[in-house]
Amino acid sequence: MRTRLITSLLASIPFAASAQSSQLNLTQGVTEISNRVYDLHMTIFYICCVIGLLVFGAMFWSMIAHRKKQGVKPATFHENVKVEIAWTVIPFLILIGMAIPATSTLIAMEDTSESDVTVLVTGSQWKWHYKYFDHDVEFFSLLATQQEQINNRLDKGENYLLEVDRPLVIPTGKKVRFLITSDDVIHSWWVPDFAVKKDANPGFINEAWTKVDEPGIYRGQCAELCGKDHGFMPVVVIAKEPAEYDAWITEQEQIAKQAKAEEQRLLAMSMTEAELMQLGESVYLGNCAACHQPNGQGIPGVFPSLVGTDMVLNDLPAHIDIVVNGKNGTAMQAFGNQLSLRELAAVITYERNAWGNSTGDLVQAADVNEYKNN
Amino acid sequence: MQKPEPTVTKVPRADNARVVRKLLFIVVGMFGFGFALVPLYDVFCDITGFNGRTKNEQAMANTRSVDTSRTVNVQFLTRVNKGMPWGFEAEVKSVRVHPGETKVVNFLAHNLTGNNMVAQAIPSVAPGEAGLYLNKTECFCFNQQPLAAGAETVMPMQFYLDPDIPDHIHTLTLSYTMYDMTAHATPDVLASIEQPAD
Amino acid sequence: MSTVVGEMDHQDHHHHAPSGITRWLFTTNHKDIGSMYLWFSFIMFLVGGSMAMVIRAELFQPGLQLVDPHFFNQMTTVHGLTMVFGAVMPAFTGLANWMIPMMIGAPDMALPRMNNWSFWILPFAFAILLASLFMEGGGPAFGWTFYAPLSTTYSSDSTALFVFSVHIMGISSIMGAINVIVTIMNMRAPGMNYMKMPLFVWTWLITAFLLIAVMPVLAGAVTMVLTDKYFGTSFFDAAGGGDPVMFQHIFWFFGHPEVYIMILPSFGIISAIIPAFSRKPLFGYSSMVYATGAIAILSFLVWAHHMFTTGMPVAAEMFFMYATMLISVPTGVKVFNWVATMWRGSITFETPMLFALAFVILFTIGGFSGLMLAITPVDFQYHDTYFVVAHFHYVLVSGAIFSIMAAAYYWLPKWTGHMYDEKLGRLHFWCSLISVNVLFFPMHFAGLAGMPRRIPDYSLQFADINQIVSIGGFAFGLSQLIFLWVVIKCVKGGEKAPAKPWEGAEGLEWTVPSPAPYHTFETPPEVK
Repeated sequence: MRTRLITSLLASIPFAASAQSSQLNLTQGVTEISNRVYDLHMTIFYICCVIGLLVFGAMFWSMIAHRKKQGVKPATFHENVKVEIAWTVIPFLILIGMAIPATSTLIAMEDTSESDVTVLVTGSQWKWHYKYFDHDVEFFSLLATQQEQINNRLDKGENYLLEVDRPLVIPTGKKVRFLITSDDVIHSWWVPDFAVKKDANPGFINEAWTKVDEPGIYRGQCAELCGKDHGFMPVVVIAKEPAEYDAWITEQEQIAKQAKAEEQRLLAMSMTEAELMQLGESVYLGNCAACHQPNGQGIPGVFPSLVGTDMVLNDLPAHIDIVVNGKNGTAMQAFGNQLSLRELAAVITYERNAWGNSTGDLVQAADVNEYKNN
Repeated sequence: MQKPEPTVTKVPRADNARVVRKLLFIVVGMFGFGFALVPLYDVFCDITGFNGRTKNEQAMANTRSVDTSRTVNVQFLTRVNKGMPWGFEAEVKSVRVHPGETKVVNFLAHNLTGNNMVAQAIPSVAPGEAGLYLNKTECFCFNQQPLAAGAETVMPMQFYLDPDIPDHIHTLTLSYTMYDMTAHATPDVLASIEQPAD
Repeated sequence: MSTVVGEMDHQDHHHHAPSGITRWLFTTNHKDIGSMYLWFSFIMFLVGGSMAMVIRAELFQPGLQLVDPHFFNQMTTVHGLTMVFGAVMPAFTGLANWMIPMMIGAPDMALPRMNNWSFWILPFAFAILLASLFMEGGGPAFGWTFYAPLSTTYSSDSTALFVFSVHIMGISSIMGAINVIVTIMNMRAPGMNYMKMPLFVWTWLITAFLLIAVMPVLAGAVTMVLTDKYFGTSFFDAAGGGDPVMFQHIFWFFGHPEVYIMILPSFGIISAIIPAFSRKPLFGYSSMVYATGAIAILSFLVWAHHMFTTGMPVAAEMFFMYATMLISVPTGVKVFNWVATMWRGSITFETPMLFALAFVILFTIGGFSGLMLAITPVDFQYHDTYFVVAHFHYVLVSGAIFSIMAAAYYWLPKWTGHMYDEKLGRLHFWCSLISVNVLFFPMHFAGLAGMPRRIPDYSLQFADINQIVSIGGFAFGLSQLIFLWVVIKCVKGGEKAPAKPWEGAEGLEWTVPSPAPYHTFETPPEVK
């Protein structure tokens, strides 16, 4: 019986030692800070192992040597002031030993020197939005894993749940400062390779920074429970060489400008019902179906149904308003800045004509534009 | 309650009642303390700059001398809350100021709806510690802002940084989030909205 | 520790207690109420456990198979609430009801009618909470920590029921705590001074003070959530001048002492069992008492270590890091004292001792991960990952729950008058010990590798670990049915238990016959 206890517990030691291999342990990451954090983690871990070996060793020794079966007579001592003082003071000293590197790492993390790039990171249910402070570039970053993979109808890809449509791009070797906030509930922006995890609090800004040494793709996730799709809002950051980064950001600024011009051009054009419904369906499935469900029925009591409701059937202005501006105090977001005018028009048309909602309304980009600028 | 209780206690019941009263006093006190944490937290934030909360009231006029030996980069972030169809922007993205120097920055607000609305801007500062040294002598964020349907307005904010601001702070970000307060607006603010927008 | 000079009350006529359901409904007897608490907590343990089974079944493989994410969130939330307020806390209250009067030589609890109330409102609280799961929109889905604004603006309509049920649970705990304090202060037998009390009584006294200090704060927090959601206040809403981070400060001001509420009575239990089966007095009795007090006081100064990532000034992060690290000193003293108690004892390994030994080791492992979590810079990496999940389950399952199991085996002969089946008890122990480690140990690795907590689906790198964890989970869940079997078997019959079935056991409870008569110590014993 006792030997079994011992073997089963000893068996866990090589298991713990295998924590060294990269997959089971904390990442070392790609920044100076993340490396310091890793070293600190390992230091504390080893100290705990040594203390554990001593304490458990003494315990197992008693369990083996001081069994009643051995015929031992129990001793009667029940206090020893010297020993008790020793095991109060020694742990205290060990703690001081731990606190020194911990404090110095913490202070290094609080570096407030000037940064080269500032990015505003905004969490919302359930996506991230990135905005470059010094450039006219901003975009949403959504989960790119297909719904079919999540529902086990397709094989899962290599980066299952850790892939997004538009990753954040930052330069290597430069100090990048993140200003983090939220549009609705609390989220937490986490990239393990940078050792950066900061809460996004609605109405308040937090800051964090990193300086990545190696180009690469770094993946993380939202770390604070933020509602239904908390598990489905990953963070992907691409670190590029500064020259590549500069080229990228200039290109993005161009694209943003062109998109605006294109938008104006398209305002003059009308789409057919078939085009609207086709585009509308794909926009709906990508942006709306997570809550309102693919069949438009929503989840009773949480996400309202779109089928046969008064707003969808009768109140077009209210419908455009809620899609463009969202609804405060609910998970309904403002899609006005997330989707193009064409997409907005299409999805509203789709909602008004799908699932037996046959209003026959065709909403065009110009209608939405008129509403937005009115 | 038909069953007789064991009564052979060495303590009179009155003694129990006394202890219970004291304990209930603690319970009530701690319930109150839970609520007292709300103002205590505000005081704590004001003292420490916890959570980037900045003093949201008019500071004393600037009488401090200007420290020209260094500059601090003050960035402005403007956001509107979800579901609030306003345009809201700072005229400049950032300014560089000497500690002690007074600056005015204009913010533009545009009510894009067909309704009269009242808004409130909520400030937040990063790093939180810097919030302690940001003094606003004039700001739209002190009050609710009424804006008639479709109207635009320029809202000034005058501030200076306390020269005591620690050397290690080089960049300070001031963020304003605009919230729709039409439903909670005070009557006088609502009344002022009826005037035609200029 | 103490011996009894005094005549035992052998007149075991049951005062014509009403039979059937009314006996239980109207009882004011501490033993009846203790039994009801214990059965209730076991039922809740199975209810909360079956929710954990749903969670582990969904997480068995990547992808969504069984439940949708919204229901998954309800499961994690209600699992936490049920286990904390329905399983662990009532089990300790049940043990307190049964044992404290017998340990201090009192005839009953000081406030027997309130005792009845504090138990009987509990089933209603949980009926409300569990019923909310069937409401339109589902039950609470914001985690047992109910962070605002997820629990206010963005929660489903059932939040009012959640608030109401937490209020009732709080009132029940407060009444129970008041009863314990008054009993211990006023009802001790002559000669039973404070420094002669068994440690279980001491730890419960301190726990009870923690309860009356922090449960009202929880009540305040849920009340603010209620008014924010339904009555237009903005305690936690930036728009109205509130702050969502303030919710976390208030919640954890309750939450951290709450953690110790769930572990201090365990320390008392272990401090009774280890000396009994080592046949040697507890080492460092007074330092145990002082350490418990120190832990209780420090527990009020460390709450913000749950909130390092919310963006605190560096000075505050340092303060909370140091204060948290400091807690490991008195906790370490306790572990060292237990080891010293065993040292040169004469040890046997009956089931209560096995659970107690497993407690010491596994709780210490949980303590180590707690120390790692206290280190702010690394906590940024650990926070809200499975590393945290592993940590608090080591402390609460292989800590608190194991100590409750140990207590049950230790005192079952006293409660039922029969010895439990030792073979089955050991089977239960070994199944639990192995499965609990298969269940929770790999979670450390999942967390270090970057798996966030409270997610219904995960990326492929975590697939193997989660499969192992789920298998451990099912095994642990099934193992607890052995316990149910042991208890039922022991209640129904078995070898007759003597007044003191354990050779090395100390304390007044062993001076009364087994099973303990309906009324004990109607004439107080003399304690020398």
